[in-house]
Amino acid sequence: MSTVTQVRAPHTSGARTTPGSGRRRAARREAAFGYAMASLSLIAVFVFTAGPIVASFVLALFKWDIISSPEFVGLRNFQTLVHDQTVTKSLAVTLGLAVAIVALQVGLGLGLALLVAQRTSKVARTIFRTAFFLPLLASAASISIVMSYLFDQHFGVINYYLTMLHLPAVSWLSSTGGATATIVLVAVWQQLGFTFILFVAALGAVPPDILEAAKVDGATPARLFWRIKLPLISPSVLFASVVGLINAMQLFDQPYVMTKGGPGDATYTTVLVVYQTAFQNLQFGYASAISVLLFVVLLLITAVQFTVSRKWVFYS
Amino acid sequence: MLVLTIAAVLVVAPIAWAVSTSLRTPATSFDLPPHWIPTHPVWSNYSAAFDKVPLATFILNSVVVTGLIVAGQLITSTMSGYAFAMVRFRGQKALFAIILATMMVPLQTTIIPVFLLIRYLGLTDSRLSLVLPAVAGAFGTFLMRQYFLQMPRELGEAARVDGASHWQVFSRIYARLAFAPMATLAVLTYAAYWNEFFRPLIFLQTSSKFTLPLGLVSLQGYFGTGSVSIVLAGVVIALIPSVLIFAAAQRYFVEGIVAGSFR
Repeated sequence: MSTVTQVRAPHTSGARTTPGSGRRRAARREAAFGYAMASLSLIAVFVFTAGPIVASFVLALFKWDIISSPEFVGLRNFQTLVHDQTVTKSLAVTLGLAVAIVALQVGLGLGLALLVAQRTSKVARTIFRTAFFLPLLASAASISIVMSYLFDQHFGVINYYLTMLHLPAVSWLSSTGGATATIVLVAVWQQLGFTFILFVAALGAVPPDILEAAKVDGATPARLFWRIKLPLISPSVLFASVVGLINAMQLFDQPYVMTKGGPGDATYTTVLVVYQTAFQNLQFGYASAISVLLFVVLLLITAVQFTVSRKWVFYS
Repeated sequence: MLVLTIAAVLVVAPIAWAVSTSLRTPATSFDLPPHWIPTHPVWSNYSAAFDKVPLATFILNSVVVTGLIVAGQLITSTMSGYAFAMVRFRGQKALFAIILATMMVPLQTTIIPVFLLIRYLGLTDSRLSLVLPAVAGAFGTFLMRQYFLQMPRELGEAARVDGASHWQVFSRIYARLAFAPMATLAVLTYAAYWNEFFRPLIFLQTSSKFTLPLGLVSLQGYFGTGSVSIVLAGVVIALIPSVLIFAAAQRYFVEGIVAGSFR
């Protein structure tokens, strides 16, 4: 007969009965604290972002003018969409504008960042950084007011200087091509600071010894750029294009203030269509379908960008 | 150097034009060649902007709405960023993944359902309708979590051993160390919402509730060919707080842009 003596771990409070339950209770307390801390954000995200995304897909299956009760129409909104020239044209217009804007934004931002990287004077760098960042501080809507004065065909400052340089005055806002160009220029002007700062930071992270070694080996500035700098900053280029495209595809403020989508429907962007369909024509179901379509298009574009990026983005 | 200077001049030109034209009499606004430096600045345009037009109301609305949004985002994002970085609770990976996913969703996708929700809550045409949906700071949570992840856990663990509660560890230790990311978040949130036009256009109807960008655009329609100087004075006034904040907190703007790219 053997007596087995059980040794109990000393406890400070009287409530524990089994070893480990204290740890479990502590873990539960920690979890409760975690949920509580994250609750405000989570509730807000679910109520105002995640929920509405789902709701948007559901709403697209209805016909609703807010006054009468919603009518379930299944996929009919989408069937109408595909044949709706206003919508399809707006997608083409928006895509065209977005590609032009992003190409210029990234190209010019990168070019300017490269030029600034050569300036060693800190004062000069701060001045240029401030100058290029200034447009970002203004609201797209109020800047569009200013721009519509500057681009005015007869009284605008831009045409004035063009004619001074013996170039033809452009009918900026009253012609199809002119209006498109105006929107692109205004959007690029404003967003330039963003890509500029991004690329200045990225170029700053390029290790100088690699550049030095290449220069010693006789690399030309062009070689330095294409073979070394560009690959090393390619993740930033990808980021700038993805974010830039998503933002540009949602262009609203500038066409709303400057052209109202015109002349005709030359600058009638898709978000402008969604806005008018929902809040002026009171077709909430149909507008939701359009916004769902735009969302899917954005997802596709982003997916394509990421897939293509595998070929040219270099992750060190 | 020359290219950079020309580019800088071209970029700043529209704003410079707005400032200089706001200081001219309405009749001379469109004089060509434009006088870049006004010879007789008409400062009264600015006081007229406040008298003739509800500019003070627009400013007040913008200050209140943006201020509440920034405060709301700071509070909720710091707390949730901390929770996701430093606290263990079940399902946190999945929940954070959902938050991350919503970061990618464009505003236009959620605007109609949010509008309907606001309407259902009876909040249409209220400034609160602008604040509440904006407190859902997915990006803010992401940003704060990034920063908290880089902080040493030993500080908190030591405090816990000494008997500190979870809340005390957060409020007394980690929150105090988070000034830099909070400043970045505050600056970015301010920049995103001070200049907003789309949501105010949709949610607000009474002009006395308009925020600055919406108010200025509505002025333009009302005045038509009227006082350009006053509208421009409004545009310049709207720009001033942003320029001041940028001057004071430049590095936080830059950090914000760079931080966003590390996704």
